[in-house]
Amino acid sequence: MKALAFHGRRPLVAAASLVLAAALAACGGSDGDDAAADLDPDADLSKQSIVVSNWADYMPEDIAEKFKEATGASMEVTNHATNEEIMAKLTAGSDSGIDVAFVSGQFAQALAEQGLAEPIDADLIPNLKNLAEPATQLSYDEGNKNSVPYTWGTTGICYRSDLVDAPTSWNDILEPADENKGKVTMMATDRWLMLPAQKALGFSANTTDEDEMAQVKDKLVAAKKTLLAYDDTTFYERLISGEAVMTEAWDGWCNYGTAENKDIKFVVPEEGSDLWVDTMVVLKTSKNKEAAHAFINYLLEPENGAWAAENILYNVPNQAAMDMLPAELKEQYPPLQVTADELLEGESLTDLGEAATMYTQLVTEITSS
Amino acid sequence: MTDLISSTPTGRGATERSSRRERVALLVPGLGYVTAFMAVPVLLVLSYVFFQRGRFGGVVYEFTWDNFSRAFTPTYRAVLVDSLVIAGAATLLALLIGYPVAYAIAMLPDRLRNIALVLVVIPFWTNFLVRTYAWIVLLSNEGVVNRSLERFGVIEDPITLLYTRGAVIVGLVYAYLPLMILPLYASISRLDPELREAATNLGASRFTVFRTITWKLSLPGVLTGCIFVFVPSLGNFIIPELLGGGKFVMVGNVVRDQFLKARDWPFGATLALVLIVVLAVLFFVQSRVSRRLSTGGPS
Repeated sequence: MKALAFHGRRPLVAAASLVLAAALAACGGSDGDDAAADLDPDADLSKQSIVVSNWADYMPEDIAEKFKEATGASMEVTNHATNEEIMAKLTAGSDSGIDVAFVSGQFAQALAEQGLAEPIDADLIPNLKNLAEPATQLSYDEGNKNSVPYTWGTTGICYRSDLVDAPTSWNDILEPADENKGKVTMMATDRWLMLPAQKALGFSANTTDEDEMAQVKDKLVAAKKTLLAYDDTTFYERLISGEAVMTEAWDGWCNYGTAENKDIKFVVPEEGSDLWVDTMVVLKTSKNKEAAHAFINYLLEPENGAWAAENILYNVPNQAAMDMLPAELKEQYPPLQVTADELLEGESLTDLGEAATMYTQLVTEITSS
Repeated sequence: MTDLISSTPTGRGATERSSRRERVALLVPGLGYVTAFMAVPVLLVLSYVFFQRGRFGGVVYEFTWDNFSRAFTPTYRAVLVDSLVIAGAATLLALLIGYPVAYAIAMLPDRLRNIALVLVVIPFWTNFLVRTYAWIVLLSNEGVVNRSLERFGVIEDPITLLYTRGAVIVGLVYAYLPLMILPLYASISRLDPELREAATNLGASRFTVFRTITWKLSLPGVLTGCIFVFVPSLGNFIIPELLGGGKFVMVGNVVRDQFLKARDWPFGATLALVLIVVLAVLFFVQSRVSRRLSTGGPS
């Protein structure tokens, strides 16, 4: 997922800004009430301007000009590198100045539970009709009450079909055959580092059960010995060079490897996997909510959804956009053929709440073992 | 401080007082800067250590000691010890490489000396990430080192260089070597050449001259260089991630993860505090040793 790209020194900058944010938080703002504001469908958008925070390169570069052309509203784009970074900004207590934020589903859920998300006014987003039906039934936010999905996908195994037999199980990575030892990678970020073992053991990807997680930990400690690296940014390059033959991967990112070597293929293991969704959320603190809704509506235009699929190579929940994709593209990148219903078989990641601490501690124990 | 405050009953008292006042006034901008931009933020962060994690990344202001007991559980203790070992090894290696380099630069004629110093510093101007990624290109199984060794028939199969503890240490040494060389150079170049001449004239061997004069008198530089390399090595989290393949965890990684992944600022602050205490002890030792070296004189 784009969400996790490791962008340069940003973590450092983010940590520094956290400190400042924390200082400001002490001067704290108060939570608004939960009642939806009355939005005016006839508001003059040319008098409104919004700030949108997204991952870098996650929408067309000229989006601001096009959006202004289409609606009259002006917008400014700011970037965040990770969900955690934008969450820190949004939950710091004061007005972040951001109107629309792109976050993954479980974080949209957290924002809604904290009363920081503005309920979506469906009347202002007629393009919601473009969404595939399953995309309106996502467990972290059924009926798109607080968030609108933008891209989605699943996690599986990206492999070199010319060097290994097609993997079928997460155990192909966790307990690789002798000739593949030292040639497999897993993801470095908490939820996806846990996922293969959780699924191989038949647990939920959202489990917070301590006994289950102890078993997951044991399996992952054992798996570390046969691992090349924990890597969620450059695994496809290792596949291209042949240094790795099998990697845990997001479907969209596996496509980046396939683009350079057609022998690189993607498979979802038989034990199942997750469903991740990157969504758009309107913030309660937004002062131009009509324009914020207009922006979401604009991004749901089929050609904008198709831009994401063609340029980021992710599936998009925008059915109208998927239908527009050229057949060659889907042929070249088989993960783009996965249907919405098939994606829904994956388990949605939900917010872990207090258990996030346990996950992080276990990851430290595993990676330092 | 006391004689600054007590007034003197002489005729010059008034002018002395005003110059004292001036001196105090001159301190205000500096002290204000340090207070506003260093002391206050650090104290703010450190005040978190007594509070609890908010569910969504904030801080719940309820007093607790839990963070401290967690910081010293075996998991985090092991990470701290491991970090000290890795940073220590990097420091030692940087000293072994840096000392001869600094010595050689100090012995160069003036013009070349400046060029050499610039060459030492230039890599430092290059983006840290780019330099770290370069090591991936060098060390990977398909990388420059393995390919060359294979070509010359030294090895048949690639040897695992990347994603090892050694790779992390090499990366740290490379990243911080200039911080070792510069203070070493500063202290070696200040040595009075006549001391060495005198020792040689008195019949000391080259090794004895080095041991009793050069090395001994440059020790303050050695200590400074070691601290300069050790401190950032201990806190680094990018090199263990990129060159260690995420398989080696240092304190810096854990602190970063608390802030950016677990959304547990109080615990992150606690680990940072532990780190600060460790480093403060080191600085204390360093300053004591330095003082003894400079007042004790050569024995």
